Amino acid sequence: MKPRLTTPAPHRRGFLAAAAGLLGAATLGGCDRLATTPWGRRALRAGEDANLFVQRLLLTPAALAQEFPDSAISPWFKPNGTIDPQDRDYRALAARRFEGWSLRVDGLVERPQGFSLADLRALPARTQTTRHDCVEGWSAIGRWTGVPLAELLTRAGLKPEARFIVFHCADTMEFAESDAPDSANPDMTVRPEGAENQASDSKAAGAEAPDADAPKGRPIRYYESIDLTDAYHPQTILAYDLNGQALPVSNGAPLRLRVERQLGYKQAKYVMRIEVRDTLAGIGDGGGGYWEDRGYEWYAGI
Amino acid sequence: MAAGTARATDDVVETVRRRWTFRHPLVIRLAHWINVICLVILLMSGLQIFNAHPALYWGDASTFDRPFVAITDDQTDDGTARGLVSVAGRSLDTTGWLGLSNLNGEPTGRAFPSWITLPAHQDLATGRRWHFLFAWAFVINGLIYLVYGIGSGQLRRRLVPQGDQWRGLGSAIREHLTLRFPEGQEAKRYNVLQKLTYLVVVAGLLPLMLLTGLAMSPGVNALVPLPDLFGGRQSARTVHFLVMNLLVLFVIVHVLLVLLSGLWNNLRGMLTGWYVIERRALPAVPGDDR
Repeated sequence: MKPRLTTPAPHRRGFLAAAAGLLGAATLGGCDRLATTPWGRRALRAGEDANLFVQRLLLTPAALAQEFPDSAISPWFKPNGTIDPQDRDYRALAARRFEGWSLRVDGLVERPQGFSLADLRALPARTQTTRHDCVEGWSAIGRWTGVPLAELLTRAGLKPEARFIVFHCADTMEFAESDAPDSANPDMTVRPEGAENQASDSKAAGAEAPDADAPKGRPIRYYESIDLTDAYHPQTILAYDLNGQALPVSNGAPLRLRVERQLGYKQAKYVMRIEVRDTLAGIGDGGGGYWEDRGYEWYAGI
Repeated sequence: MAAGTARATDDVVETVRRRWTFRHPLVIRLAHWINVICLVILLMSGLQIFNAHPALYWGDASTFDRPFVAITDDQTDDGTARGLVSVAGRSLDTTGWLGLSNLNGEPTGRAFPSWITLPAHQDLATGRRWHFLFAWAFVINGLIYLVYGIGSGQLRRRLVPQGDQWRGLGSAIREHLTLRFPEGQEAKRYNVLQKLTYLVVVAGLLPLMLLTGLAMSPGVNALVPLPDLFGGRQSARTVHFLVMNLLVLFVIVHVLLVLLSGLWNNLRGMLTGWYVIERRALPAVPGDDR
């Protein structure tokens, strides 16, 4: 048989391969820098968009988060994030067991109104034993009782422009440097107190606990948001009981959100006010939540 | 010899001392290298995510005081910090590697060291974004590979051992242990251990990574009770981690064997498609009277 070919230079190919390998390593080393460029950040967000698109495509309102028998309830429901808000007004409320407290529902609604704990308990209730999945990776199972968010929204009556439900909470996560009136959480009933610090579990998602000696600025309290799809899901409730007992302060008393098809940081604790909005712009940095404004996904279904 | 030209596998070109066989079609080569990138980023960002809560459990919920695996740091009686890995209650000192490692020159409590996590510093949010973006790339790439591989018959030819190979299983194991690799005609196909290993990875470990990954999603869980397949969400997370270890082990062995059985030939094969079998190892070729 006649040779049809001359031998190509394997060394050249080898060199190219090695060069490709080096380039790969350099790219990986540059990953961190890439992720800080605007383009890189936008590209990295494509995964969240795909997750939201596919899960919204497949998840109907009838798709319920898994519920568990009471025997599966965790002996200790790990409190995370803020576990003991130091805000003076919140402490006053907690001291009198939230007597006189009321949940405000306002924004793009026909009938803004307030609900006391007694009002909320008198409304139709839902009890669900579900698994709480923290973004860090751990899970805990608890039995929640509360009023479906849809009940409150129906009573308040959404305006046609309504698209998002924003939850304003009582717990200060950190103090912003400026005293600008543009606040993430402007209409809190609670005023900051100069000497107070907050018990934020900084391990929650890598947050720096504010330095007690630092000059205090405007408090940034926890805030979260969901859209109407999740707001009207039957398992989306505002829980006032955990495992048959009044919600403890560490788990978000007097009221916390449960959005069972999403991760733990969406389950806002210490909810003081529900605001119906047409956009998330103007709340914090516009990401839709305290952690969202610090890089976490707004859609936390994965 | 343009690599991009459409070629059937097993195209053979004879040269003076070598037989060139076209081994890897373009789709398989592309899928291979895209997979390399995906798995490296998934591994490093996955370890970043693990670092946010460096403990593993069995069941639906976490049993915080009794983890199956935990990577922690503590102080010994004389006040020295150390890193610890505990598995099922037994601890091992892993200072410098796991639990406690240097970050910018400072010993830092950290499950996996910064040189192997993405991002290098502790940043769960960005780690998750890397992980999910490249999980999508991994899935799409894997689907293209599977559709092409099954449709073209490549997957069966490449990965399913033929009858005679099953009979030679024993001797194949012996040859592998002594690092003797098939030559000549036999080198044209993957040997039986190679086929079985690739089959386990392609049909077992990689799909298992996807399933256990999806099982951790509360959204997916509302659609299908995937965690139940593995005994609960925390079990799925533990399996995800263990299978990751098996994949790392596979890659180490794979790269070692690539090195030992002819780095340049293997690398050329996966880059251009062409693989060389030395002629001295071939049976006499009819008509070749030189």
